[in-house]
Amino acid sequence: MILFLMDIVLFLIGLYAVVAHRNLIKKVIGFGIIEYAVNLFFVLAGYKTGADAPIFEKNIPGMIFVDPLPQALVLTSIVIGLGVTALMVALCIRIYQHYGTFDVNRIKDLKG
Amino acid sequence: MMNAIILFVALPLFAAFLLPIMGKFFKRGFDTFIFLVVLFLIFLSLYMLIKPPAMPYVYKMGGWPLPFGITWLLDSLSVFMLFVVNLITFFAAVYSIDYMKQYTCKWKYYCLLMLLLAGLNGVALSADLFNVFIFLEITSIASYALVAYGTGREETEASFKYMVLGSVASAFILLGIAVIYAKTSTLNMFDMARAMPQGADSLKLKLFIATLFITGFGLKAALVPFHSWLPDAHPSAPAPISAMLSGVVIKVIGVYALIRIMFNIFSLNPVISELLLALGGLSMFVGVVLAIGQWDFKRLLAYHSISQIGYVVCGIALGTPLGIAGGLFHLLNHSVFKSLLFLNAGSVEYACGTRELKKLGNLKEDMPHTSWTSMVASLSIAGVPPLCGFWSKFIIIVALFQANRFFYGSLAILVGLITLGSFLKVQRYIFYRKLSGSLLKVKEAPVFMCLSMAGLAILCVLIGIFFKPILDNVLIPASQSLLGGREYFITLLGI
Repeated sequence: MILFLMDIVLFLIGLYAVVAHRNLIKKVIGFGIIEYAVNLFFVLAGYKTGADAPIFEKNIPGMIFVDPLPQALVLTSIVIGLGVTALMVALCIRIYQHYGTFDVNRIKDLKG
Repeated sequence: MMNAIILFVALPLFAAFLLPIMGKFFKRGFDTFIFLVVLFLIFLSLYMLIKPPAMPYVYKMGGWPLPFGITWLLDSLSVFMLFVVNLITFFAAVYSIDYMKQYTCKWKYYCLLMLLLAGLNGVALSADLFNVFIFLEITSIASYALVAYGTGREETEASFKYMVLGSVASAFILLGIAVIYAKTSTLNMFDMARAMPQGADSLKLKLFIATLFITGFGLKAALVPFHSWLPDAHPSAPAPISAMLSGVVIKVIGVYALIRIMFNIFSLNPVISELLLALGGLSMFVGVVLAIGQWDFKRLLAYHSISQIGYVVCGIALGTPLGIAGGLFHLLNHSVFKSLLFLNAGSVEYACGTRELKKLGNLKEDMPHTSWTSMVASLSIAGVPPLCGFWSKFIIIVALFQANRFFYGSLAILVGLITLGSFLKVQRYIFYRKLSGSLLKVKEAPVFMCLSMAGLAILCVLIGIFFKPILDNVLIPASQSLLGGREYFITLLGI
């Protein structure tokens, strides 16, 4: 239980970084933290104490495995996260070329 | 034959893969290629809609038996969504033939458009929660890139805003999926509906999951506390993409995915229904109030999108047969007339180089086709009787009053009146006002843009005239599959 709560705290730290930081790159890093927290949550959901890696062997009876499905899902979600982060950073570079700054308070051509 | 539903995702994905190769060797011919793809898809979805084959149809990917493997579901609701998606994409693609000549490298644009289409079709079809998330991300990433397509100052800023909020929304949705998975140990939506714990002690858990999903999908659908990205992102995109984003993207990856989960996995409990109703009412009102003060044509339309999505959510969240049918009907109508309005805005910008209402005027003689189509669309969105917008708003308002929701009903009427006023302003400033000489002689938009706009305008009128057969044959069956709730999905487990 304590692990899950700490994971939620990690999620909130990421959310705080996205919302409160003024620097675009720090926002991207905050998004990275959110991503890790969610992936960790998924892996924790499939974790069992004292269980083994999910590789089936015939000779060992009564072995317990961790749930392999979340691990497969997390791999997919990491790849998606990589794509999104790459696009974000690329866009940050473009914004820097146009505005000459990473500060969100000075990037406001559009009125909210 | 029914296996053909795989083409809804496979064909656009394959086209998106083929386009970069074509781009290397050819200079032209992309328009024809994309036109053929979307034409095929619209006929396929029309066939599925008109001749309902064995519905509901469950497609098992790779032949795995049901709770395992990825499953797709084609029922009366998803076929309706598929039709809406492919219809709007068809008109947007036709419009792009002329409009996208302003930009360089057309095949890149078409490549992203096809990815967007593949993602949307996938979300509409998928019955596996993680698969929904994958297609949702394909859609989102394609739309982030398309919003930034112009790569100017405003486009990059809007796209960054959209991307950060959209990615946070995706993280919330994935967290929701993780919590559901931890509780039910399955990803298949039918099996999930079966394994979802019932009874009073599970209410807290359900509300927690529902909160995560409402935050995530609410951000994607731009419901009011989460709407701040939409008025920047939708106007910054090229016009056909604005039409796609406002017309289908916010509905499919926002509203449709949310109601599938809320109705068919949770069986809509009263607390969630009340929450969605409040969010819908709030979006309806705040969207239209913010739209009053706008002088940028596309930005004004974007605020109206928020307001109209409020109608859709209000109707569906009511949970009565009439309310759901009305909400789905408004979803169809809104995608038709709002896409048309964004295409009109694109033509005006194409011809005059600006979309500031105060600088435009007197376009009625110079741009006759843009003028009459936008008149039809404005009257539709304002809810003037013979046109399509009237019937859906009318049904939603009647449903609200029938369910004794007098406050929301009166709010819907009030918002309708403000919408009418706002669009009269648009019509007067752009098309009917006499302006002394500041604008040069402007030309009507090119032929494909006019054809696309005329097609959508005719559709507005036709839906308005034939609303009864559409309601009986398409929307009532579609609302049945939501009303079936959890039990409907559990019966599908046996197929």
